Amino acid sequence: MVVYDNTYDVIVVGAGHAGCEAALASARMGCATLLLTINLDAVALMSCNPAIGGLAKGHLVKEIDALGGEMGKNIDATGIQFRILNTRKGPAVRASRAQADKQQYRLRMKRVLENQENLHLKQGEVTGLHVEDGRVAGVDTRLQVRYLGKTVILTTGTFMRGLIHVGLTNYAGGRAGDLPSIGLSDQLRDLGFEVGRLKTGTPARLDGRTIDFCRLEPQYGDDPPVPFSFSTERIDQPQVPCHIAYTNERSHDIIRSGLDRSPLYAGVIEGIGPRYCPSIEDKVVRFPEKNRHQTFIEPEGRDTVEVYPSGLSTSLPIDVQIAFYRSIEGLERVEIMRPAYAIEYDYVDPIQLHASLETKLLRNLYHAGQINGTSGYEEAAGQGLIAGINAALQVQGREPLVLGRSEAYIGVLIDDLVTLGTREPYRMFTSRAEYRLLLREDNADLRLREKGHAVGLLPENEYVRFLEKRERIEAELARVRREKLLPSEADPVFMEEFGLVGMQNALTYEQLLRRPDITYAELSRLDSHALEVNPAVREQVEIQVKYQGYIDRQLDQVERARKMESTRIPDDFEYFGLSGLSTEVQEKLRKFRPDTLGQASRIPGITPAAISILSITLKMRGEK
Amino acid sequence: MYLRDTIAAISTPAGEGGIGIVRVSGPDAERIAARIFRKKEGGFQSHLFYYGAIVEPETGFCLDEAMAVLMHAPRSYTREDVLELHSHGGTLVVQNVLQLALREGARLAEPGEFTRRAFLNGRIDLAQAEAVIDIIRSKTDLALEVAQSQREGSLSHRIGEMKGGLVQLLALLEAHIDFPEEDIEPASRDEISARVAGFTLEIGEMLATYGEGRILREGIAVLIAGRPNVGKSSLLNSLLREKRAIVTSIPGTTRDIIEEVVNIRGIPLRLMDTAGIRETEDLIEQEGVRLTREQIPRADLILFIVDASLPLSDEDLAIYEVIRAKPHVVLLNKSDLLEQPVASFPRDAVTCSISALTGEGLDALKDQIADMFLHGRIDDARSQVLINNSRHRDALERASIPLQRFSENYTLLGGLLELLAADLREAVNALGEITGETSTDDLLDLIFSQFCIGK
Ligand SMILES: Cc1cc2nc3c(=O)[nH]c(=O)nc-3n(C[C@H](O)[C@H](O)[C@H](O)COP(=O)(O)OP(=O)(O)OC[C@H]3O[C@@H](n4cnc5c(N)ncnc54)[C@H](O)[C@@H]3O)c2cc1C
Ligand SMILES: Nc1nc2c(ncn2[C@@H]2O[C@H](COP(=O)(O)OP(=O)(O)OP(=O)(O)O)[C@@H](O)[C@H]2O)c(=O)[nH]1
Ligand SMILES: [Mg+2]
Repeated sequence: MVVYDNTYDVIVVGAGHAGCEAALASARMGCATLLLTINLDAVALMSCNPAIGGLAKGHLVKEIDALGGEMGKNIDATGIQFRILNTRKGPAVRASRAQADKQQYRLRMKRVLENQENLHLKQGEVTGLHVEDGRVAGVDTRLQVRYLGKTVILTTGTFMRGLIHVGLTNYAGGRAGDLPSIGLSDQLRDLGFEVGRLKTGTPARLDGRTIDFCRLEPQYGDDPPVPFSFSTERIDQPQVPCHIAYTNERSHDIIRSGLDRSPLYAGVIEGIGPRYCPSIEDKVVRFPEKNRHQTFIEPEGRDTVEVYPSGLSTSLPIDVQIAFYRSIEGLERVEIMRPAYAIEYDYVDPIQLHASLETKLLRNLYHAGQINGTSGYEEAAGQGLIAGINAALQVQGREPLVLGRSEAYIGVLIDDLVTLGTREPYRMFTSRAEYRLLLREDNADLRLREKGHAVGLLPENEYVRFLEKRERIEAELARVRREKLLPSEADPVFMEEFGLVGMQNALTYEQLLRRPDITYAELSRLDSHALEVNPAVREQVEIQVKYQGYIDRQLDQVERARKMESTRIPDDFEYFGLSGLSTEVQEKLRKFRPDTLGQASRIPGITPAAISILSITLKMRGEK
Repeated sequence: MYLRDTIAAISTPAGEGGIGIVRVSGPDAERIAARIFRKKEGGFQSHLFYYGAIVEPETGFCLDEAMAVLMHAPRSYTREDVLELHSHGGTLVVQNVLQLALREGARLAEPGEFTRRAFLNGRIDLAQAEAVIDIIRSKTDLALEVAQSQREGSLSHRIGEMKGGLVQLLALLEAHIDFPEEDIEPASRDEISARVAGFTLEIGEMLATYGEGRILREGIAVLIAGRPNVGKSSLLNSLLREKRAIVTSIPGTTRDIIEEVVNIRGIPLRLMDTAGIRETEDLIEQEGVRLTREQIPRADLILFIVDASLPLSDEDLAIYEVIRAKPHVVLLNKSDLLEQPVASFPRDAVTCSISALTGEGLDALKDQIADMFLHGRIDDARSQVLINNSRHRDALERASIPLQRFSENYTLLGGLLELLAADLREAVNALGEITGETSTDDLLDLIFSQFCIGK
């Protein structure tokens, strides 16, 4: 074993979406950082669909951006179709989504890593952790090199003991075309970690030249495209459409005829797959009454003919795949360029983590991304960012950054992971956030910029720009609360239109904006200043005014929960023999080791009675 | 918070009875059983009923022949080891058994402590625990029935059903929020709004039972008031069917307030006989009159008695003026003395002609009282869920408010599903305080089992 003669502050294993954010965060916070990955040509590669964002995922990207992460900027620079979803619903559930040029996305991220100070980017497969005195002190690679580091972040994605299935054929791989990671998860198990197995899948990549796009319905992006990042002014690169196609009864018959050679139905696959990303065979079997399933044919990039048929992932054998894709109208002549496949991989149950993402078992070791049982680029990136920040804070001897459930989707994500664990791949949904109305894309900067700045991740110019925006919002809010529509001076047409004729008292602009039928556009007919207000400021003021009742109610709920969330349970707290707790509850708590009373209350099977006993016990100890 | 010690108490009602049961719960239950219960050789098997005798371990003195059962944790009421000793009834025997258990290391249980332990150990939920405590406190059979059916979970059950329905609707909204790109059938908006309106109504009905539930639980305070000698004490006695208060023909007999509980048409009445109100030189009587006056504002109902065989006096009218603002019934007593009452009252006053002596008119009086307080709505208390606890009322109210807001917003905000979902979720959470929570995972399960979603 060669010991490399440079000791790093932070070593990140894996340059996927989690690893890239982690490494950038720690390097930007001034820590000497090493990013090791199996293949340097696959940095930030999108294993599955060529898109970033969507419901709850778009929210995650905005939060990553607000904290000083890279994902938002990267997609802004390489996106080829931007859309805002749910525009007809309220602001809290509007979400950004973009198609990425997959190769450009990866190349740009690599460039950013290469240009980052304090960051070494190296190719190498980590086969084991170097452990000293019960803490991690570095990593060992396949080529027998030992890198020493004060902290280590594992972001191994789908690679640990990755096994790729196409029909009843299978082979070891971390992703089609990539080597797996062998050895690391065995060591983790030996160290005492609970390691489990999950499964996911991806559709074939098709040759766009063999698809009859004229017969498919095109779907264009928004014009002009709206960027993700709070720092991006506008999107300049050309935009391309997606196309919608449908399966039919014949497609479903083909699927059914191949089920006997499906690794899933033949019982070859043991890992648990995601309910929300079912393979097409799952859909056909579980919903036999549905006579067609929709697919978006998404471009993989502007310089390639490869396209990605979303929703049509499968692990059926090649001959069934070919027949199946060709049964779809418009795809009769289609050529498969890369077959669809399923992949099984090892993950480490995240209930073994603190909310900082540090493991409870080994100090200085952090896990982020798919290794924690999540799926999705955005989920991975959000965790990677937090792990990178917290490893750096640890090296700097500072308190970890833990986001609350009322502060960020990232907070909801990590809290769910560390208090509930995962049994199936975890994906973010807005319905997972009980304070959804507070966690909007539009206010991600207001929620998190300050924190990004406090940990030292936010460039000063971006922070100053944020402070200006916040001040302008305050000023505009004050203005609409002050300025009034006087009945005597009002425009009679306007009064008639909005049923205000006969109005006795003056109405403030705020009161007007509160009405569902009056937005800034309507207000500007009375208020010449309204249109001069910066659109981002206008949007913020309008939302805060219109939904104030709901927002205040959720803030109230947050306030009520605050006490429990802030009551810490000491690491060495002994649940065993605690009077009043059933053995069942004692065992659960000993297994989960919650950090706070709030976390404990969310563990399934922990009764309110148990929580009150815990709370009283903690209080009594505190008073001693 | 409780100490993990062993408690004991007599768990059959006081008084003579066929058997009396002493219950012991806690870690020492088995040891106490072995010490004081003598049976054929061998230890105790859980949940087996043994025949034997209760014996003082030191002296070998036999207190009583008895049956005993030991229930090992967690399969017991408190989820701790529980010992039940069934001896012959009769206050003294049972008391002695209890004393023996206490000498052997148990502590006398506080009221409701067994139930509290059952709750703290997670055997019953809060609604059930409260219901059990109510059973212990119930004063009449009807109240007992309501409490019992509540313990069996009828309240939890009904609320659980309602919550389940709301979660279904929520899943529908959430599917449309989180999966806008999927081609899932749009929900019928009218149906959703109709169902929410239905739940709101149902909660409203449950809330409306709260007054009645509370009356059944706490009873009503009834003050018998009137001039001296009109028959107040006689009325008390005949409602109780026992000679509780002294009755004489001398005005000013009753000096103190006499309180007794009586069950009338299922309602526990706290009857208070009082000193007749008049100007008097007698110091003791003066004090009694003062007490009577003091009670007037606190009473839920006043039975104002006049002697119907005499014309109304100024004193009668003066007292009437004092009480008329309170719910009251005017009782024209001594109806046995004459065909037609001499006294007459304003037509809108509720009057009842009775004879405290013969019992005539008392049935009508009871009906009248039940009518006033229960609106004739509790005939079938078992089948109906009565809300009789303020925590439940609060939770239901907090569920009802967002549901009403939902209906208002439904037309107004049309498209803003997430606000509607916020309302539903608030209602679901409020109901969850009574029955236990719904996790996001339950919700997602529902979504994925109903819709074919995912890429
Ligand atoms: C077939 C397939 C289908 C998928 N389908 C979906 C889907 O439908 N929906 C969805 O949301 N997500 C899907 N994903 C998941 C998505 O790709 C991941 O969630 C996301 O990329 C995870 O990011 P990550 O950073 O955790 O890991 P990855 O992006 O997987 O990156 C891991 C990186 O770590 C490196 N690495 C691993 N082990 C080592 C080691 N020992 N030493 C050094 N480097 C190492 C790898 O080379 C890789 O670069 C799919 C993934 C695959 C492979
Ligand atoms: N005939 C007849 N006599 C009654 C009736 N009710 C009460 N009396 C008589 O009236 C007298 C007074 O009755 P009480 O019940 O002591 O009257 P009271 O109102 O309690 O009187 P004080 O305690 O002195 O205020 C007694 O002699 C009773 O027997 C009735 O319905 N019919
Ligand atoms: Mg009397």
